[in-house]
Amino acid sequence: MIQAPLATSFLQNQSFLDVLYIIAFSLFIQGLRGLSGPTTAVRGNRIAAVGMVIAVVATFLEPSEGEWGLIALGIALGTAVGVPAARQVKMTAMPQMVALFNGVGGGAVFLISWAEFRRHGSTYASHTHAVILHALPNGTISTFTVSAGGVPTYVAIFSVFAAIVGSVSFWGSNIAFGKLQEIIPGRPISFGSAQQIVNLVLLVLTLAAGVDLVAGAHSELLFIGMLVCAALLGNALVFPIGGADMPVVISMLNAFTGLSAAATGIALNNPALIVAGMIVGASGSILTNLMAVAMNRSIPSIIAGGFGGGGAIEGASGAGEHAGTVRSTSAADAAIQLAYANRVMIVPGYGMAVAQAQHAVRELTKELEKRGVEVGFAIHPVAGRMPGHMNVLLAEADVPYDQLEEMDEANQEFGRTDVSLVIGANDVTNPAAKNTPSSPIYGMPILEVSNSHSVIVIKRSMNPGFAGIENELYYEPETEMLFGDAKAAVSEITAELANI
Amino acid sequence: MILASTLTTNLAILVLAGFIGFVVISKVPNTLHTPLMSGTNAIHGIVLLGGLLVIGLSGNDTFSKVILVIAIVFGTINIVGGFLVTDRMLEMFKAKPKRAKGADDGESSEKGGGS
Repeated sequence: MIQAPLATSFLQNQSFLDVLYIIAFSLFIQGLRGLSGPTTAVRGNRIAAVGMVIAVVATFLEPSEGEWGLIALGIALGTAVGVPAARQVKMTAMPQMVALFNGVGGGAVFLISWAEFRRHGSTYASHTHAVILHALPNGTISTFTVSAGGVPTYVAIFSVFAAIVGSVSFWGSNIAFGKLQEIIPGRPISFGSAQQIVNLVLLVLTLAAGVDLVAGAHSELLFIGMLVCAALLGNALVFPIGGADMPVVISMLNAFTGLSAAATGIALNNPALIVAGMIVGASGSILTNLMAVAMNRSIPSIIAGGFGGGGAIEGASGAGEHAGTVRSTSAADAAIQLAYANRVMIVPGYGMAVAQAQHAVRELTKELEKRGVEVGFAIHPVAGRMPGHMNVLLAEADVPYDQLEEMDEANQEFGRTDVSLVIGANDVTNPAAKNTPSSPIYGMPILEVSNSHSVIVIKRSMNPGFAGIENELYYEPETEMLFGDAKAAVSEITAELANI
Repeated sequence: MILASTLTTNLAILVLAGFIGFVVISKVPNTLHTPLMSGTNAIHGIVLLGGLLVIGLSGNDTFSKVILVIAIVFGTINIVGGFLVTDRMLEMFKAKPKRAKGADDGESSEKGGGS
């Protein structure tokens, strides 16, 4: 990029700006460190936000900066959209929101790469026919040709990488958003066995266009073609993935956007972009891996596979075996069972969150504790739709931290638990993950609720869960189903408790 | 060779930042993973800087300006929305009293079935 050699004031001194960038990314790192504990997390996030403000201010001071009207317009529009969205989104819809915010980030990356490509004259190679008029700040106009080598090859490579990955991330995130918001069916949609071939062809086409551009092709059409292929690839990657794997995918796309931002930073020679982007790339990769481990899914098989494509059918056919042994119960019976238990384990799931039942559950907990019942919450790492999602929801309802038990602890507790109350959780309790090798979720760590003496499942209907798999738990002899809306059912149980 | 040194410097920054990312973030407890994802998501909104830098260089190419304004809008949404939403989530982890409002009760716009 053009670094004007004519920095006039101290404020526009490049070293000063670099110092500001360094301060900014130090604050990002410090902020992320703060995020490592519940007590420091709020401050950590705000420290990172301050870093962002400093980085933006430093950019405003760049000597090449201009187009203030358009910049103000863009920032105003973005704020007008972003603030209400962030303020009003329900805690249950958080995964979608993250997907959407991630998507726009990816969108920004590929648009910037595109504009950069156009600025270089629609090629990365040297080309002598372009004469640039360059207005110097003192009012004179200098002319020069861009014949001296175009951009360095590495800039071209990183720009093309950013464009491709940004485009994949943008489209992939939007599809993930659509699936979680249930605009698009959550079930895998794919070309079946041809899917991997389609993905491969799209990948090869995208890379071929990219290589051609790096090699110096002079064609904006080729660049657009590359963006389109990458967009199709983003769609083709996420459409076949079932809802259960979606958190992993969002996390992966989050890492992608980070990496593409870092690549943009190298292309634009901006240290704040490089550091911030790369940190996000690293953290997103770790998080993706943790999630995949929690679900016993390997990342390649998630990407290549289309979870549940064939699996859901197997699961569905397997369901026929246990037809008809579901027992249902009433709120009154459930209340009696709970009241005379010594220890109750509540297993909350996304269904509880959607029904906004967390406050009702908190009331029930208090009522039980009054009666001397020991109550715990068993939290699966991917309960809700993202790791830690359930903790946020329960924190919202003022459930004390020390009542939340992570999966490993909880699984040791189930043996001495009298009643497990499963509220809107499904796949994470499915014993098929342990017992049925043919099940698509076989091997996924689960909450072993069936080890407790009895199980009450509050659920709307017998519909399969997000992964589209029948839950064997419901057919087990110690399980009773309480059909209904989670919030209404829990309130009813609480009311019945008062009558005992 | 000035370019080469810029490249190597930037690559060094890239690699080191990657390691810092791994070290800093490996320590985050499970419970904070959702806010973490949201927080890092906000940080990659830094691509906004790219939009701000390039729009100043885009000369009189109207089409480039249009896509750059869109990029700036996107980047701003990413940053502003990301940090605000993370802040909202983290506020809920705060120990004390703030009675959670029942504001969301009832008219949930989401479909509850099937989960």
